[in-house]
Amino acid sequence: MRHLLIFITKYSAFFLFLIFEGFSLYIFVNYNDFQKASFINTSNEITGNLYNHVNNLNDYLRLKEINDKLARENAALRNHFKSSKFIDTTRSQTVIDTVNKQQYTYLEARVINNSVNSRVNYLTLNKGSNNGIEKGMGVVSNAGVVGIVIQTSPHFAIVRSLLHKDTRISAMLAKSKEGGSFRWADDMDPRKGLLYDVANSAQPRLGDLVVTDEHSLFPIGIPLGKVSNLTPKTGGFFLNMEVRLAVNFSNLDYVFVITNKLAREQITLESQQNKDVDE
Amino acid sequence: MSSVIVNIVRFIVLVFIQAFLLKNIAVYDLSTPFLYILFVLLLPFQTPNLLLFPLAFVLGLSIDAFYDTPGLHAAATVLLAFVRVAFISITVQKESSDNTVPEPTIGSMGFRWFFTYAAILTLFHHFFLFNLEVFSWNEIEYTLSRFLLSSLFTVFLILVSGFLFFRKKKV
Repeated sequence: MRHLLIFITKYSAFFLFLIFEGFSLYIFVNYNDFQKASFINTSNEITGNLYNHVNNLNDYLRLKEINDKLARENAALRNHFKSSKFIDTTRSQTVIDTVNKQQYTYLEARVINNSVNSRVNYLTLNKGSNNGIEKGMGVVSNAGVVGIVIQTSPHFAIVRSLLHKDTRISAMLAKSKEGGSFRWADDMDPRKGLLYDVANSAQPRLGDLVVTDEHSLFPIGIPLGKVSNLTPKTGGFFLNMEVRLAVNFSNLDYVFVITNKLAREQITLESQQNKDVDE
Repeated sequence: MSSVIVNIVRFIVLVFIQAFLLKNIAVYDLSTPFLYILFVLLLPFQTPNLLLFPLAFVLGLSIDAFYDTPGLHAAATVLLAFVRVAFISITVQKESSDNTVPEPTIGSMGFRWFFTYAAILTLFHHFFLFNLEVFSWNEIEYTLSRFLLSSLFTVFLILVSGFLFFRKKKV
């Protein structure tokens, strides 16, 4: 026993290393379904509030830029208002809500923490479960898709950005309705995405709009970007193409969180069906 | 006692610099500096292992809290602490380090030693960090170039801070 203790104290560095390294890797590997680890991210009160304060300071330096943007957005919204595209449609849907139609509402939030230069990028929003944000909701800006909410606390929400190695979004070419999958490009350029697994019969052209399709958790037709580069057709079954992202991730400030009011109904229904199949 | 306070202040300042300044810096999306490891590099020689590893772990976790990557930086920083112990036990003689130089700084240990020390520790830390983050062989070229350029940036910042704050005092 004494020899064992002497051995352990002599190589204490190695054993301590094993213990702490094991613990870190355990947290790292289990993070995705490890709710207890939520104290180690920006949705907790300390880090969230710190980012909020620093963001408030930064705002003074960016007031002019944000004002310009808001003015532009106001103009754009006014245009929508005339053709009753933005607010009116959701309202009218509330009245004539038929069986299959999904209903979306938009909640405006601010990005208080953002990164674009890692392989795994996240955003932090200044609104959380108190405002009705839940895990799995889609986030868009006025230009297009931003990401998916992965965690919430009472006052903050963490969004997995489109610029994340694991983000996949079901998308299609707006013109031909050919579906595929959308992800961030391999070379970490924050302006480029990749539309892949498109059927070979599709005939995409440079500049074609890529939008979300009906299988995604976003409303149909939200822009993701434009086709910017085509790889020549090969003998394979699927086409890949490079997409220039619609959203400029490096200066995001205001975004909208989308609530799908029929999502819960759909999920319970689908889980019931799965249960039936299992039985 | 005063060295405890100095180290606490250094911890807080480095985490803040990392979270609010360096997090926004990336040269061509390739080179991102991680200066916070300077805290582990500058801990006194006599720091017992029982304290060194928990400190490295807590430092990594605090950075993780700001980067939304629980465990990633903690794992890399704990590895860094282990490499530090190994490097110091190989290059520094126990007797001389006990009484003359308390901290491994550029002023007390000389440029050549400190440069090797900083470079080797940074390389280990960054290599582990970037590969754990991506965790895929498909992008290995890209990961390696990020690793090398980021290490260069970090070592540069460490040396600059060394010359700024830890120059040998002229007697």
